[in-house]
This record gives sequence, C-alpha cells and structure tokens, in this order.
Amino acid sequence: MKILVTVKEVAEVEDEFQISGLDVDESYLEYDLNEWDDYAVEEAVQTSEENDDVEVVTVTIGPERAEETVRMALAKGADRAVRVWDDALEGAEYLSVEAKAELLAAVAEEEEPDLVFSGVQAADDSNGATGVALANKLDMEWAAVVNTLDLDIEGEVAHVHRELEGGIEELTDVQTPAVLTIQSGINEPRYASLRGIRQAQQKPLDVHGLGDLGLDESTLDADIERTSMYEPESEGDATLWEGSAEETAGELADFLREKGVVEG
Amino acid sequence: MTVLAITEHRRGELRDVSYEVITAGRELADELGGELHLGVISGDVDAFADDVNRDGVDAIHTVDHGEEFNHDVYAQAIPQLYETSGADVLLMPNTVNGLDYAPAVADDLDLPLLTDAIALDGGDVTEVTREQYGGKVETTFDVDAEAYALTVRPAEWPRAEGDGDAPVGAVDVDIDEDAIGSEVTGFEEVGSGDVDITEADVLVSVGRGIEDEENIVLIEELADTLGATLSSSRPIVDNGWLPKNRQVGQSGKVVTPDVYIAIGISGAVQHVAGMKGADTIVAINTDPSAPIYDLADYGIVDDLFDVVPELIEEFGGEAPNL
Repeated sequence: MKILVTVKEVAEVEDEFQISGLDVDESYLEYDLNEWDDYAVEEAVQTSEENDDVEVVTVTIGPERAEETVRMALAKGADRAVRVWDDALEGAEYLSVEAKAELLAAVAEEEEPDLVFSGVQAADDSNGATGVALANKLDMEWAAVVNTLDLDIEGEVAHVHRELEGGIEELTDVQTPAVLTIQSGINEPRYASLRGIRQAQQKPLDVHGLGDLGLDESTLDADIERTSMYEPESEGDATLWEGSAEETAGELADFLREKGVVEG
Repeated sequence: MTVLAITEHRRGELRDVSYEVITAGRELADELGGELHLGVISGDVDAFADDVNRDGVDAIHTVDHGEEFNHDVYAQAIPQLYETSGADVLLMPNTVNGLDYAPAVADDLDLPLLTDAIALDGGDVTEVTREQYGGKVETTFDVDAEAYALTVRPAEWPRAEGDGDAPVGAVDVDIDEDAIGSEVTGFEEVGSGDVDITEADVLVSVGRGIEDEENIVLIEELADTLGATLSSSRPIVDNGWLPKNRQVGQSGKVVTPDVYIAIGISGAVQHVAGMKGADTIVAINTDPSAPIYDLADYGIVDDLFDVVPELIEEFGGEAPNL
C-alpha cells in the first residue's frame, strides 16, 4: 500500500512586521512545516508502522528552501519525497487552489497511492480546499476534517470521524482509495530522532517541473489576482493597563473585585 | 448575473449560516444586478425552504434526497442546480461541510474558487476580502471571471430576516447512487464530562502562549485562586494538555461567562466564535497586534509568566515554581 501525504512549508509572521507590496516583507517570515501536515505525516507513518508494506511518500509544491521542511517529514518516517517546482512556478504571482490541485494530481497519477492525506488547511493561506479539489481531480472518494481514522485495508473502507462545529463528530465510512484531510489533534506528532534526521539525508527527494508532470504554464493561469494586503484596522477599543507586571496585575485584580466576580 | 446560495442543515435543523448566505448573496446579487436563488438539499426540504424564504430571495430550488448531508449527493446535485437555475456565482458556507463539497463542485464546474471570504464587492470584477497568516493581515483578490465560486465565513454577515415570497420548486436531479462512495453512519457528541464550561461565570482560558504542558499548573492555580473555571483554546486540547470538554471555540464549546480572561490566546477566528458573547473580555498577550485585542475590553500587553504570578499573589494565592 502507498500513502501520499501533501506537505506544505508555510510562512509564519513575527509579532511585529511590515508589508511590502502584496506580501509580508520576507525578513519577518519564518518557515516551518504546516501544523496540519505534521499531523497528516504522523497519521501516515503510524499507518505504515501498524501494517506491512506501506510506503509513505510526501509531495510538496515549493522552492528549494522547502527541502529542509521536507527532510523533517522524512526524518519523522516518510520513505521518500517529491518536490514540484520550476521557473514558471517561481514566477507565478498567485497559485490558485485549482492549480495546486492540478499539480498534486499529476504527481498522484504517477504515484498511484491508495490513500492521500492532506492537512485540513495551510496555516498561511487557509484555503482549506486543496485536498477535496485534489480528490475530485483524481476521481477518488474523500472526507474533509478527519479527526479519527480507523482503516480497514482488506475491506477498502476508511471509518472516519469528521469534526463538525460545536463539539459534534460525524461518523462516516469512506471507500478507498480516498483523500482524507487531516485535522489537528488526530494524533501526537512525533519529534524527529537524531537517527531519523541522519537517515532522512539519504532518502530520495525528487524534483519535478511542470514539463516532467506533463503540464505546461497554462496550469498556473488563474482568473484570480491578489490586489492588496494590509493590516486590518483594529476594531478594538480595549483599555490597556500599562506598567510593571505587578502594577497591571493590580489593575486587573481591582477590576475583578469591582466586578464582584472574585472575593478577596 | 444570478447568485445561487447553498443552505446548510444538520440533524433536522437549519444552521445559522443558511440565513447569513442569504444576506451575503442578496448584497452580491444587487451589486451584480441579478437574482438570488437558494439551493436546499436533503432533509425536510419543504420545511427548510419555508424557513429560508426570506426577504430578498428570488427563487428556491429543493432537492429531496436523503436526510443528512452527504458530500457525494451535494457534489452531484449542486452542479445540476447551478445549470438549471442559470446561476453565474455559486455561494457556499465556509463550514466543515461546506469545505467537504465546495472544492469538488467548483472543480466540476470549472469555476475559480475563493474560500472563507469575509467581505465581497461585486462588479465586473468582484473583489473578495480574505484573511491570511492567521488573521494578522487581510488580503483582497480580484476575480476576473463571468462565473465563480465562493465560500463565505459564518457570522460575518447578519441573518436575513423578513418573510419572502419566492417560488419554491422541487428539482428532479439525477443522483447516481453508484457514485456515492461515502456513508454517514451516525453522530457523536464529544467533550462532555465532569466540567461544563458553558455554565461558568468566570473563565480563565489558556492558549498556545503557555508554551509547555508543565506550565499549565500556573493557570490552574490562577483559576483556583479566583474560584473560576479553567478553559482553553484548541492547541492546548490538540496537544492533550487539557481534555476536550475544556475547549472554547468553533469545534468546542460556545461560552458566555460574565468575565473571560484569555491568557496567551491570540484570538483566531475559530476561537472567537466560541467566546465573543462573553460579557467582559480581558486579554493577557505579549503581541499587541493579536486579534484578541480587537475583541477585548481590557488588556495587558505583557508576558503572562510575569503577570499571572502577580495576579495569583494579589488574591493571596501562591504561584507555582515553574
């Protein structure tokens, strides 16, 4: 069995930052493995540990910088990695959900996985859409926002819980092959061991461009264009207590006493 | 230009977002100079259609197939509704279920898709506002297409009120049962237990800023000292540091205490959905641009590890050594 895990390196913005042009200035960005994808990798690696002959392959759309993140997924137990990138992607202003799904689908068609795990969303763009779009392109079943997975490999069914709003979970049976978008909290992602990190350096990491995948630049065409980015004006009118920790804690204590919610 | 908005229900009840997509859809249809149609799929469609027949709705299309949401049914029905209604713009809820069919439907119809819109400005080119980087920035996108798909964030638009008199028509869509590869077998309520945070008058809520499981005792001590109840944001529960029944937010509990003290919580939209109804909100967070301050009535922009021990001592407690 083969599990393909879509992995994204996401940018995190520091507390204080500046926007230049249409994005946050590069110097205020830190890159890391997308939190939801970390859970997706863990779910795949656990599945490979619990069953015989399961290969875990990660796929990433991203520049060379992303290899550090990809290696981290390999260090946690993925067997090999595919990275999609070329000059056309480097030059693309905006990657639509459609384009990302198309690129990932091209890789999936080569890999022919039995299962695809995607994070529910990426922490930076928060589209929350790529996994289900990918399933549709692959003509696979899918389930979005999965927080429990019980896989019946023989029966070709994934028994999943989908985390709905308001503390309700939907119990769903999904035929495999399927794309599952993995919710945070489904498992406890491991830390990479030193041995894992060493081994990761030896694991295959192939890079494919659009042409290698049988695609061309038209895949990246979008009717959507990013036109501005700005810091939202604070709608807040919070009273900020200032001073030393002792002083501010004193202010808050006085407030709580006045409010009558706390005695003493 | 016709807007087709899709309603949402669960376990026999329409969800609030169904009324919100009417408002968002009506505004957009006005800007585009067109009609607003609604799609009601599965469940008691006649009763649902009656309920969402609000002022501003021009037509309602129902698909009577099955009781509960099933993404395979929605994914088959919506493209057919889209064609029969002559819609240009497809508007769907940015909910867990909305995101379980919207990307597939958009892909089938070959429509550009933007999710989680918080503002729309319709025109020859429609401008869509979204958040990025966890709400730290907002981004605008121009959608330069005749037809497109959008999902809109719940609770961003007010509910449509006022009775309408739109014609309701049952649409006989063709559902291929063999193409339904998923089955909803039930529901489970999670997060019940010994503590009911929805009953608390004062909640002391802890978030990612606490950094480490071992530090939770600090916030526990504060809650004990104040006679308050301990709650948390999602990452704390994801990490297994507190049980699910302590989680405030979209997928956890909705709370309305007199006082909500958010400690080390940035205030992501999913969290805010669970606590914005609190009477008074106090935030302790080092990041002055954290979205929690948009909502807070009072704030302390400082390190929780400095402020919380002082607060415990103010009330005669003893801060644990971390």
